[in-house]
Amino acid sequence: MMSKILKKQGKLNQISATGNILLNVLFIVITIVCMAPVLLVLSISFSSEEAIRHGGYSFIPQELSLKAYDYVLKAGDAIWRAYGVSIFVTVVGTFLSLAIICMYAYPLSRSSFKAKGFFSFLAYFTMIFGGGLVPWIMVYTRLFKISNSIWILIFPYLMNAWFVMIMRTFYKTSVPESIIESARIDGAGEFRTFLVIVLPLSKAGLATIGLFCTLVYWNDWYLPLMFVTERKFFNIQYLMYQTLVSIQYLTSGSAQFSEAAVVLANLPTESARMAIAIISIGPIVLAYPFFRKYFVKGLTIGAVKG
Amino acid sequence: MNATDLSKPRPFRKLLKGVRTNIAFIAMLLPGLFVLLINNYIPMFGVVIAFKRYRFNKDFFTSIITSEWIGFKNFEFFFKTPQAYEVTRNTILYNLVFIVLGVVIPVMLAIALNELLNKKLSNFYQSIMFLPYFLSWIVVSYLAYSMLSIENGFINRSIINALGLESINWYSEPRYWPFILTFFQVWKYTGYNAVVYHAAISGIDSEYYEAAAIDGATKWQQTKFITIPLLQPVIIIMTLLAVGRIFNADFGLFFNVPKDSGALYSVTDVIDTYVFRALRNSNSVGMAAASGLYQAVVGCITVFTANFIVRKIDRDKALF
Repeated sequence: MMSKILKKQGKLNQISATGNILLNVLFIVITIVCMAPVLLVLSISFSSEEAIRHGGYSFIPQELSLKAYDYVLKAGDAIWRAYGVSIFVTVVGTFLSLAIICMYAYPLSRSSFKAKGFFSFLAYFTMIFGGGLVPWIMVYTRLFKISNSIWILIFPYLMNAWFVMIMRTFYKTSVPESIIESARIDGAGEFRTFLVIVLPLSKAGLATIGLFCTLVYWNDWYLPLMFVTERKFFNIQYLMYQTLVSIQYLTSGSAQFSEAAVVLANLPTESARMAIAIISIGPIVLAYPFFRKYFVKGLTIGAVKG
Repeated sequence: MNATDLSKPRPFRKLLKGVRTNIAFIAMLLPGLFVLLINNYIPMFGVVIAFKRYRFNKDFFTSIITSEWIGFKNFEFFFKTPQAYEVTRNTILYNLVFIVLGVVIPVMLAIALNELLNKKLSNFYQSIMFLPYFLSWIVVSYLAYSMLSIENGFINRSIINALGLESINWYSEPRYWPFILTFFQVWKYTGYNAVVYHAAISGIDSEYYEAAAIDGATKWQQTKFITIPLLQPVIIIMTLLAVGRIFNADFGLFFNVPKDSGALYSVTDVIDTYVFRALRNSNSVGMAAASGLYQAVVGCITVFTANFIVRKIDRDKALF
């Protein structure tokens, strides 16, 4: 009787073959919807200007051309500079914010630290209330005067209450209090314990938060939008923003811009723009396998202890 | 112990003792505290700008102190503009739609992902669905532009023109934008949410399902009576936290994807983009600060309310 039911349910409580096919079809459709816009941009970046003018943007390049990438490689000084800014900001920013977040989260994870509630609240409160955009901008432009510098692209994201919370949970779950206690009995100071025992045990946590920070810095366009006017501090995202705005501005311009329009006509503007977008996604796609692995881990912990 | 030490008030001595015994912890907290002070706490003093006729004078603090008090004039000015209602409505309605879609679609997909027979394929789908989350809103605005561009966009050229219809001027036709914005929001975050819920479902003990199957429960019954009830706490918490942030719109979506097109403001302008433009275009600092403070205060109330409810349900899940 029981085996009969089990058989009806399928092997090991599985869905039927038809159901499986239907679900797979559903997910293939979703996969296509997720990838299509990206593939369209990729296709445009490999199309010739002529083909774009003739047939518009399409998923299969009507006429294959590497001109856009050629242009970006040879003439794209501004692009490479912006790329460099992005790399510098991402590397330095990730390193610094990871250090700051890990150090801030550690005392909050220790039950022996009496003031942990107070310091937790100091961090969490920033997630609940803020002074708003206006005073925030003024603090950096008027008080510390660091707009139009590389530091404005790094400093505001150094602390993140949400990441602190995730890291604290990581410490709590992956570092047993007894190990810390035994280190103390052996005479190790708090800093030594932290560096030698706690951090090596929290590698997965460090990787997760590090990747979170990398993503925050690499994908940032908000800080340059708010603070940067000098071209040399544009990062790749903000350069893309400017390119989308200003090429549109030139092509929609009236007669007075016609000279500029002629110059632009000789450049592979349409495809070059999309080539920059593809180049900006490059590092993310390369790092993607790591992202996936650790993000899910971090997200699960973040969602469990929200 | 000398006399001065003894004369100190007790709480202060207690504090001093606390600092001395926890000096290592305090040192670890210091860099983070420094960033919080500059990035978050000093700007909080700046909220008084909302009650002043702001004039720049020498430096940050002097300008705030010497600017003239005008009470709630800035707020009056803001609430008298038709935009005040419009941006509030847009912010709340979009967020409501995003919250509902951000639960329903991902939970269904997560359950489906869990049922797929081929785990490798399930993993593959998750990888692809998760990818949009990693793209910046600028990249998404490029993707949108490649679809919607008036001259060359895929939809105009390859679909609408091919059908013999007139091109649609997407970036100046407000009526399409509620759908376009919702599409890209869902496009960007569905995979992320599905992966989170899928991870939660994977955590459910498989014995529940085996026992149910032996008792003859169908897949539908198992989903209804095991998966959904066990996911419920996660769903409720995630939803309430999102409800708490209902007054904060995703600036990147609303600013970049419509390319800040003025013709679309009636349906794309939210509080965040409004404050940004008030500060940038008209240089009406006071009003920008007032609208920003309005958002911060109402947002704070909603977060507290949501958190209060979360606390009632499950203390451990509360933010604070």
